[in-house]
Amino acid sequence: MKFLRKQLDIIKPHFEKGGKFEKYAPAFGGIETLLFVPNHTTKSGAHIRDAVDLKRIMIVVVFALVPAMLFGIWNIGYQNMGDGSGFWEYMSFGAIRFLPMVIVSYGVGLGIEFAYAIFRGHSVNEGYLVTGLLIPMIMPIDLPLWMLTISVVFAVIIGKEAFGGTGMNILNPALVARAFALFSYAPAMSGNTVWVADSVADGVSGETILGELAANNIPTTTVMDMFMGYMPGSVGETSVLMILIGAAILLFTGIASWRIMLSSVIGASLMGIIFNAIGSSTNELFNFPWEQHLLVGGFAFGMVFMATDPVTAAQTTTGKWIYGFLIGVFAILIRVINPTLPEGVMMAILLMNVFAPTIDHYVIASNIKRRKKRLQKVKA
Amino acid sequence: MQIMSTDIIIKKGLDIKLKGVPQNKVSSVTRSKIFAINPPHFHGITPKMILKVGDKVNVGDIVFYSKQQENVKFTSPVSGKIKEIVRGPKRVILSIQILADKSDTFKDFGIETPSKLAAPQIKEALLESGCWTFIKQRPYDVIADPSDTPKAIFISAVATAPLAASYDITLNNREKEFQAGIDVLAKLTDGEVHLSVGKESPSFLGSIKGVSLHKVSGKHPAGNVGVQISKIDPINSGDRIWVIQPQDVAIIGELFLTGKYNPTKIVALAGSQVKNPQYFEIIQGTQISDIVKANLEEGDNRIISGNPLSGTIVGVKDPIGFYDDLVVVLPEGNHHRFLGWMPFIGNNIYSMSRTSLSWLNSNKEFTLDTNLNGEDRAFVVTGEMEKVMPMDIYPMQLLKATIIEDIERMENLGIYEVAPEDFGLIDFISSSKIEAQEIIRKGLDLMIKEVG
Repeated sequence: MKFLRKQLDIIKPHFEKGGKFEKYAPAFGGIETLLFVPNHTTKSGAHIRDAVDLKRIMIVVVFALVPAMLFGIWNIGYQNMGDGSGFWEYMSFGAIRFLPMVIVSYGVGLGIEFAYAIFRGHSVNEGYLVTGLLIPMIMPIDLPLWMLTISVVFAVIIGKEAFGGTGMNILNPALVARAFALFSYAPAMSGNTVWVADSVADGVSGETILGELAANNIPTTTVMDMFMGYMPGSVGETSVLMILIGAAILLFTGIASWRIMLSSVIGASLMGIIFNAIGSSTNELFNFPWEQHLLVGGFAFGMVFMATDPVTAAQTTTGKWIYGFLIGVFAILIRVINPTLPEGVMMAILLMNVFAPTIDHYVIASNIKRRKKRLQKVKA
Repeated sequence: MQIMSTDIIIKKGLDIKLKGVPQNKVSSVTRSKIFAINPPHFHGITPKMILKVGDKVNVGDIVFYSKQQENVKFTSPVSGKIKEIVRGPKRVILSIQILADKSDTFKDFGIETPSKLAAPQIKEALLESGCWTFIKQRPYDVIADPSDTPKAIFISAVATAPLAASYDITLNNREKEFQAGIDVLAKLTDGEVHLSVGKESPSFLGSIKGVSLHKVSGKHPAGNVGVQISKIDPINSGDRIWVIQPQDVAIIGELFLTGKYNPTKIVALAGSQVKNPQYFEIIQGTQISDIVKANLEEGDNRIISGNPLSGTIVGVKDPIGFYDDLVVVLPEGNHHRFLGWMPFIGNNIYSMSRTSLSWLNSNKEFTLDTNLNGEDRAFVVTGEMEKVMPMDIYPMQLLKATIIEDIERMENLGIYEVAPEDFGLIDFISSSKIEAQEIIRKGLDLMIKEVG
């Protein structure tokens, strides 16, 4: 490592003020800081600092995504080949299909981030480390790479950089990518042919459970299979078990908000129970058992990895309870009432992203009111 | 008079255990040749010199006064001769160096019985002796305005900051002076004098008369006087509360008991780079070098006057901070760590989160250096600041309002209730390495200018 450090120290002066590549300092800085925690010391304020930084937090989220991703890769192979092939056959098939998506997502996204950093002279933020993996995990496996590219470009530029970069965006960038793809390339993002690799060519039926329900068919998948994830769907969303492992990592390290996760489950369950009670003879989604609603579609994935995005979620503690609860409610509401849009989770989170500042506004207003009341009491 | 007492238990916060806790041993230091008064220790004060280089001073003679409040005077801690006035850019006075006599001659302020004096006379005595400068006001965390009458006076004798000096040691044998100091302060407010002590503290503080006594327990920042104020008698817009540190209360008491301004206090020398962390009895203005001397480990050291969360960087030639009772020496963190941002790498660095295995060793004393452990970023993670903010304040929202200088919103979100030190832990835990104390200090200065 000393060798690497030495090499960096040798080329570093070229990127410093007055150096040949001064303009590219943010790019160099981005790479240097990825390799080494900088030697920056505290100048003002507290002299000692916590070991945690944004990079560490982002990478923990990436680690938490890994179980769901690995299962997703396996499931790509399994869904395509069906029973009878070996573990490594599934994995290698899945990897061949999935890794190009990851490479495109990171390549395009980080490319834009670096370009922005150089252009605007700020340091490269680590936010895209998570977004870059989230995007391919919430897309159907058959999405053409060029569509993925355009979605990423849109999400990073319009969804994030336009607002000022990591920490400033209103909407979750990964969901912006997905929403963009859904509305721009609907045939490639929905229906029964996109969720299983090569389903058209291979003649495999690849309808998701929600898709079947929306078509008023009662799905045959067992609850156990739903939980384990042996079903078609976006790459990372199918296995609730693997997502729960990720959730455990996030909660144990203290990175994601357990309040949002818990309240969204409460909200969704409540909504599911209400729909079950109402029932319907024309819409099977009403009758779909509420607890199974939590296992299918993007619900688990969305609640664990997207709703908890701190930048776009409510920021106050009380706000997080409300925010999560409403996401749960709306996810099921949209899913059930609007069968043309069986994936309600994405819409629910984006909707609440927009309303999160409003929720916070009212939570904080009560703090302000309390302070003003105290003042009036003193004056009286 | 019926004295109300409230127990305070602080649950939100963080105790950071550091290596180099001072041993229970008080040494005296050999008398320095040079003592100094550094006007920058008094935030917002522009000094107007009364003396010039070469002038002789007794202990308690006025050296300079405040340009902003001309009756606030700063007096010499030793007798001797003004040796040098050190100036910085724009001729700002950075330090007044006094060449000390072998022993002190004191200016006589006369023995007084506080109970027989009225508030104006007491104020006069405090201002003339320089003891006024011990009294700070909230809001703004600056020297109190003598023309105010505060709604209450708060004294926190609870030390919760990392490596903090124990009041059981620094106040040892000062009961008489402390009680006299309380009697003096009680005359300055129509409200109460609140004294907070540690729940388990065995000291005489529990039997001090004329105060409203509060037993405090819990995590840092439980010892911060601002936190106690917020639980007992929160500051509203327009309120004035005065705060003073326990050792300074005793110095005030001694002034009235003996007629002498005797700014002697006990300070702790602590931190992982100190060979024998312990306490020293010093005179205000003692140079750092006199207490650190041969007591430091080799290496690139950072000397901090004050605690590691909100102290200031000092050199060996600087005097110990006027308001500080602690000097901490830590290793500088000027080094790179390969892939140090990976979780579970560098577990010797403490973290409130569980992304470092440091939580497994909750009883370990950590050796932390001054590395930032990251880079400054925009606000991203939410909820972390709230974990260490026990006041009824939304810290992130207040910081944001302060950054954009939205005065009305700052007021609404409680800027009057906070001092920079209350955001010390937020500096520490922030994953975006937000300089919260600096932001709050700037915000308070803005409020002084705009609201007053």
